[in-house]
Amino acid sequence: MKNRARIQDFDWVLLALVGAISLVGLLEIYSCTHAGSLAGMQWKQLMWIGIGIAGMCLISMIDYHTLLDQAPALYIFGIASLLVVLVLGYSRLGAKRWISLGGVVNLQVSEIMKLIIIIVLARYFTDVRSERLTLSDLAKVGALTLVPVGLILKQPDLGTAMVLVPVALVGIFLAGLEWKHMAIGVVVVALLVPIAWNMRHHLKPYQQQRIQTFLHPEDNPRGAGYQILQSEIAVGSGGFWGKGFGKGSQNQLGFVPVRYSDFILAALAEEQGFIGVCFVLLLYLGLILRLVDNAQKAKDRAGMYIVIGVTAVLGFQVLVNTAMVIGYMPVTGIPLPLISYGGSSIAFAFLALGLVMNVRMRRFVN
Amino acid sequence: MSSWNVNDQRIPQGRLTVFSYLSVAFVILLLVGFWKLQVVQSGHYSDLAEKNGIRSIPIIAPRGAMLDREGRVLVDSYPSFSILLLRDNPKLVQKYLPAIESGLGISPEDMHDQLEAAKVEPRFMPVIIKPEASEADLAFVESHRSDIPVLDLMMVQRRHYPYGEMLANTIGYVGEVSAQELERSDGRYAPGDIVGKAGLEKEYNGQLEGTDGMRRVVVNSVGKVMRTLDNVEPIPGKPIQLTIDLDLQQIAEHDLEGKEGAVVAMDAHTGAILAMVSHPTFNPNDFAVRIPPKEWKQLNTDPETPLLNRAIQAQLAPGSVFKIVMATAMLESKAIPPTYTVYCPGYANFYGRVFHCDHAHGEVDLHKAIVASCDVYFYHVGQLLGIDRISYYANALGLGHLTGIDLPGEEPGLIPSQQWVERVYHHKWYPGSTISVSIGQGAVMVTPIQLARMIAAVASGGNLVQPHLLKDDPNVKVTRFPISQNTVDEVTQGMWGVVNEPDGTTSELVKLKDIDFCGKTGTAQTMSYDLEHRLGKHIKENGWFVGYEPRENPDIVVAALVQGAGWGSFVAPIVRDVVKAYYDKKNGIAPAPSTSTAQNNANSGSAHPLVAAAGSPGAPVSPVGRSAAGRAAVLTTAQAAGAQH
Repeated sequence: MKNRARIQDFDWVLLALVGAISLVGLLEIYSCTHAGSLAGMQWKQLMWIGIGIAGMCLISMIDYHTLLDQAPALYIFGIASLLVVLVLGYSRLGAKRWISLGGVVNLQVSEIMKLIIIIVLARYFTDVRSERLTLSDLAKVGALTLVPVGLILKQPDLGTAMVLVPVALVGIFLAGLEWKHMAIGVVVVALLVPIAWNMRHHLKPYQQQRIQTFLHPEDNPRGAGYQILQSEIAVGSGGFWGKGFGKGSQNQLGFVPVRYSDFILAALAEEQGFIGVCFVLLLYLGLILRLVDNAQKAKDRAGMYIVIGVTAVLGFQVLVNTAMVIGYMPVTGIPLPLISYGGSSIAFAFLALGLVMNVRMRRFVN
Repeated sequence: MSSWNVNDQRIPQGRLTVFSYLSVAFVILLLVGFWKLQVVQSGHYSDLAEKNGIRSIPIIAPRGAMLDREGRVLVDSYPSFSILLLRDNPKLVQKYLPAIESGLGISPEDMHDQLEAAKVEPRFMPVIIKPEASEADLAFVESHRSDIPVLDLMMVQRRHYPYGEMLANTIGYVGEVSAQELERSDGRYAPGDIVGKAGLEKEYNGQLEGTDGMRRVVVNSVGKVMRTLDNVEPIPGKPIQLTIDLDLQQIAEHDLEGKEGAVVAMDAHTGAILAMVSHPTFNPNDFAVRIPPKEWKQLNTDPETPLLNRAIQAQLAPGSVFKIVMATAMLESKAIPPTYTVYCPGYANFYGRVFHCDHAHGEVDLHKAIVASCDVYFYHVGQLLGIDRISYYANALGLGHLTGIDLPGEEPGLIPSQQWVERVYHHKWYPGSTISVSIGQGAVMVTPIQLARMIAAVASGGNLVQPHLLKDDPNVKVTRFPISQNTVDEVTQGMWGVVNEPDGTTSELVKLKDIDFCGKTGTAQTMSYDLEHRLGKHIKENGWFVGYEPRENPDIVVAALVQGAGWGSFVAPIVRDVVKAYYDKKNGIAPAPSTSTAQNNANSGSAHPLVAAAGSPGAPVSPVGRSAAGRAAVLTTAQAAGAQH
């Protein structure tokens, strides 16, 4: 019983939104890098987008039910890869995140793990037949999620590890967590925060420093607080209308840290102003709402979970990255999906969107 | 086929809608955050962004030069570079430190000390690790601009004193503005600015210092200059021309070499200072770069007080030079007839104490008392006049208060009086004290410049000039204390006799052919006979000589002090050399560096190299000055190379 996909069922609206966001990213990468030794970066990004689109088409061809069939195997593969990275993976920027594939493509394994966890949890939640989740269900979801989270934290990559969590949380919410239990959960988290705060000494020094910096960026304007402060200066000095394309001094003079990647929104906010930020965030909101729409129209519960898993990851990344740029969250190294420069990040976004297309193209098939 | 639940079609539409609403809420929340930064606080952040990217680099205005009365350069400035260590990134600094130390020839200990000392300042303030870069240093910095990113250059204007120690106490020195000066300046100064700290550098700081210019540049996040926004050219400081005559100054410097004392030569009509020497002294070039704390401490605690300008700050007993005041008082007050005579047996008895004289002079009148400097005669004069008359005339002739010379830190000296002793010691004046005062001992204290001015006043019939160093100073005034012609004749003839009569106190060698050279010796004890007796040692007396020419209404007056000279007559040759040079110069004879006789008395060694250099015609600047100029040219090219970066 193979479901046949039809090309006319491709979500063209979603694709248009993705294209618009990617174009914004290309332009801003060009603006950030055209004057220096990094010139031409936008072409590399464009190449990644091309590869991403190809991957998206490819992944939309394989029926998602087939992928869900392989969920246990994928999960084991993912965990094994993470272990290999921990043992063999080579260090870049101080963290073991990369695995070298034949010396040509360096893939960040944790990005693949994001895709796998979406599929694995979709499979698990589909298997829960009851209307309400039991405690043992919750425990199993927790275990499935926290094992890869722990391994990614070990790399150490706090940002990517965090991204896995909302997939589980949103899944739990949709699987039918009782409102009462949700309230209890909120209270428990509220109680846990002070305990976690006291546990902060067990964090790695760089993590402690990030928290310290987040809470008091002005303490050390030339040191660790520098990034947040410079980002805020870039955003704030952009004003309502922005300084104009290629004219942001914070950006062009290199005060915005990693301006083509994690802090690209700060560079954009400086040059395009509040208006530009509104445009970008509304594009993202459109993307999220369109994804939720896809979830609502999914043929079955399994498809819905896949789409919402993708939505949770992308939405969470947009939220955390954007909040970081304006100093509302600490620096965690989470890129802005589809806009930040980076092969792994772009590849993940398009493969994830490929899963969504996959689900959409099969909604009328039976 | 799949074993799992494939056909579950329940979609939680409600909860998905909640998710949508949450997404909208988050976007609104984020937009509020952006609104706050970009609209509400936009101005604040725009300021910060501007400060980030635009750096103002001061262009230091060169300080004005100092010229002698004939336009010869005594002090000038030249551009120089300081090497800065940027220490924003301590890791980078540690990494490159060994390379920098070997490249610039700085010992690791020195470097460590400098970095330690700078620890109190914020990290973004660079440290000056080499205040004056040599050509090799500059080449090192320029050639490693790309691979040693923690070095930078700063152009400064360096003060240069081509004659080194010559005139140093009068010129003073410059240094970094102090915290107090900074506070008082109302923002005129910035930390690290160079200001005059002493002497003329301080007195005329306002004229000498220019207004710094400013270059505004755009820098990137690692401080690299991307482009220049604008330039405000500095306004150089104005030069000042001094009354100093380089030739006379060099002769006086040479004669005082190796001694402790002072020489002041003054135009007796105007008060223009022609030469002013104080020894021992210091080299102001040492201050122009950065004086190491150790050296500074040594200068300050040296028992020979090299920083003291003895010409205006040494307050010492004038000894017999004071007899000129006594003679003037005696004749002008008419309290004692001009024909008054005393028999001198070599001592005299007053109020139960024995007061000594150098010789038994026998029958002594005023003329002989001045010529042979008889103490016993003036003991009697003093007793007859009383302290208040002595004090009145001493004050009228400019002793005991400031001369008003345009130098900071002048000392007033002291002329005792009944009023003074009552105010300070709360007892009546002891009449016995008057006897000591009569020969310029006791509580009497004067400065060399006061004595020069006093002698000029007496010999000119009462013109009290205001000593000054700035040529064409519009504020100079002459005050009158009229002295009758008879008094002037009597006293100046005495002073002519000191030099030219057989029983005068100076040696035969001091006489000058064709020159009406007059003067008065002084030999002042530095402690009382009683104290010396108790300590069982003899401290050599301070020697004074104040000479002038011609006898009446003089052109030049020269006061010389040699501490521990033992005898005033030993000092007279210094004055003679200066007066002779002045006279020769006026008559078109090139001044020769001191005569052989002066060298005998001045017990000095080899000829002064600076005197030799300046004495050779057509040598406008000393070799030191030339090499500095050459260096300046090199630096300019280096700067041009730097600007291309």
